[in-house]
Amino acid sequence: MKVKDTLQFSIRALSGFGGRTWLMLLAMAIGVGSVVVLTALGDGARRYVINEFAQLGTHLLVVLPGRSETTGGHPPIMGETPRDLTLDDALALRRSPFIKQVAPIIVGSAPVSSRQREREVNILGTTAELYGIRHLEMSQGKFLPPGDPQRGSAVTVLGAKLKSELFGNRRALGRWVRIGERRFRVIGVLTAKGQSLGTDISDLAIIPVATAQSLFNRASLFRILVQARSRESIPRAKQAVLDIIRERHDGEDDITVITQDAVLATFDGIFRALTMAATGIATISLVVAGILIMNVMLVAVSQRTTEIGLLKALGAPQKQILRLFLLESALLSVAGAACGIAIAFAGVWALDRAFPDFPLQIPPWSLGAAVAVALATGLLFGVLPARRAARMDPVQALNSVGG
Amino acid sequence: MIRLRGVERMFQVGSETVHALRAINLQLDAGEYAAIMGPSGSGKSTLLNILGLLDRPDRGTYWLDEVDTTNLSEEQRADLRRHKIGFVFQSFHLVPRLTAAENVELPLVLAGMAPQRRKPRVEQALEHVKLTDRAHHRPDQLSGGQRQRVAIARATIMRPTLLLADEPTGNLDHHSGNDVIETLEALNLEGITLVIVTHDPEISRRARRRLQMVDGTIVDD
Repeated sequence: MKVKDTLQFSIRALSGFGGRTWLMLLAMAIGVGSVVVLTALGDGARRYVINEFAQLGTHLLVVLPGRSETTGGHPPIMGETPRDLTLDDALALRRSPFIKQVAPIIVGSAPVSSRQREREVNILGTTAELYGIRHLEMSQGKFLPPGDPQRGSAVTVLGAKLKSELFGNRRALGRWVRIGERRFRVIGVLTAKGQSLGTDISDLAIIPVATAQSLFNRASLFRILVQARSRESIPRAKQAVLDIIRERHDGEDDITVITQDAVLATFDGIFRALTMAATGIATISLVVAGILIMNVMLVAVSQRTTEIGLLKALGAPQKQILRLFLLESALLSVAGAACGIAIAFAGVWALDRAFPDFPLQIPPWSLGAAVAVALATGLLFGVLPARRAARMDPVQALNSVGG
Repeated sequence: MIRLRGVERMFQVGSETVHALRAINLQLDAGEYAAIMGPSGSGKSTLLNILGLLDRPDRGTYWLDEVDTTNLSEEQRADLRRHKIGFVFQSFHLVPRLTAAENVELPLVLAGMAPQRRKPRVEQALEHVKLTDRAHHRPDQLSGGQRQRVAIARATIMRPTLLLADEPTGNLDHHSGNDVIETLEALNLEGITLVIVTHDPEISRRARRRLQMVDGTIVDD
């Protein structure tokens, strides 16, 4: 039997049983559709988180005082307080050829006021380099001026929310605000970029690091943000930070360096696993669809018993009948998969409309995988009915009632 | 062309064993026209099924064109059915979703013949049974006699040497039954071996050879 004829025969047979064929298509379509949509959602969540991290800056290393790693052995008998990170430590890091920029950070909290309005907000003491490291954007004015970090001037950059709380729609540039007991001139306002992983960068005031040291009367840094030259130099930059600080801290490893990539890789792994799990759960619906296909094909085989008997009488060998019925299940599952993909695209489009912030995209591999699994279930669950048809006794089949 | 020796067929009905055929010996030459008669349950359909290679004897030997069919595989038997044997059934067994022409074409399609070679043969076969104008009708748009003539065209399209008809007029009125028998006889005149199972004595009288069956044996030849 020619391939084209076989196909045509199966398609005619399927279209001859309208309602049932549609039901089966629907089941398969829902299965494939849910697999594809769920992978798109999982993948979207993963990329959403990665994107959030990327907003923190690229090739980023965060240096924290104190060791957070757990090592074996007894805890020290004498209390081991970690040495503070100082501004000089931060500036010393600039020596390394693998490090592009360094931004020391001091965080404190102080009331900020202008005229009668006052707000208690986070104050960030840092240098001009934070601008490039954190990918900040200005809506008005300039960021902190570059220059000797040891010298602090009385200038401040306000977050977008803080600016509107203090000044409303009035112009803030050039105005004076009071932070703690000191007066600062507003030289810039950040764009309302919003939240980035917990820290609301729109509700803070940024001042030079040296000024912050004297304002809070504290020399120690909260952390140091380090930007490596390139992605490849991140491990060497990390080593350089450890080496330089150890040298400055009398041979003690008393800092922790977190690389952004390590955090990213962890999240990436978690979300990939979640996507896989969701896909796996959705695959169950494909199996259900497969069982439905088997069920309906069994009914089809018993309804078409006389036809099978006739085909046998006309000289169709078992293999041919097996092929015909297997092809019917395969066609059904592939057609169902095609409908399912259409449903998935429609669903993703609708979700994308409803949640424009959430990056939704159907990963190409999920399409291939869904179709492959659909076809596999169709064939797998089609084998039993097809074998039953092929092995039928022709005499009994011809004499059976119905069909 | 057909030789049966000591053919037996038994069926298990509940706890009882029914002898459908007992020690059948039969020889049919090419081009013969035989009618198998007998009351229902006499084993005439079973005999026809065995002749058509749809069923296997439990004992005995069946030679078709000097080939011992008893030990052939299922696939080889299907191949013989395809090329040497045509069936006509009481209830026609047309595929309801296919047109008359497509039903006639089915054996050629199953045999894997190219479409351009199939077409003229289908037209010729339909012309032979005088149904050219009904070629694109589906079975439910045809009368019983027309349906049976489509079935005959289908049974002969592979140009078999043996045509087996199981009560071909059983579901037809007298007039269409006559048409069908005449069509079959015309084929027999062209050289096909024709075996008809019937319990209509009028039809069996027309056959050149009559086999009377009772209780699984041929009592009169």
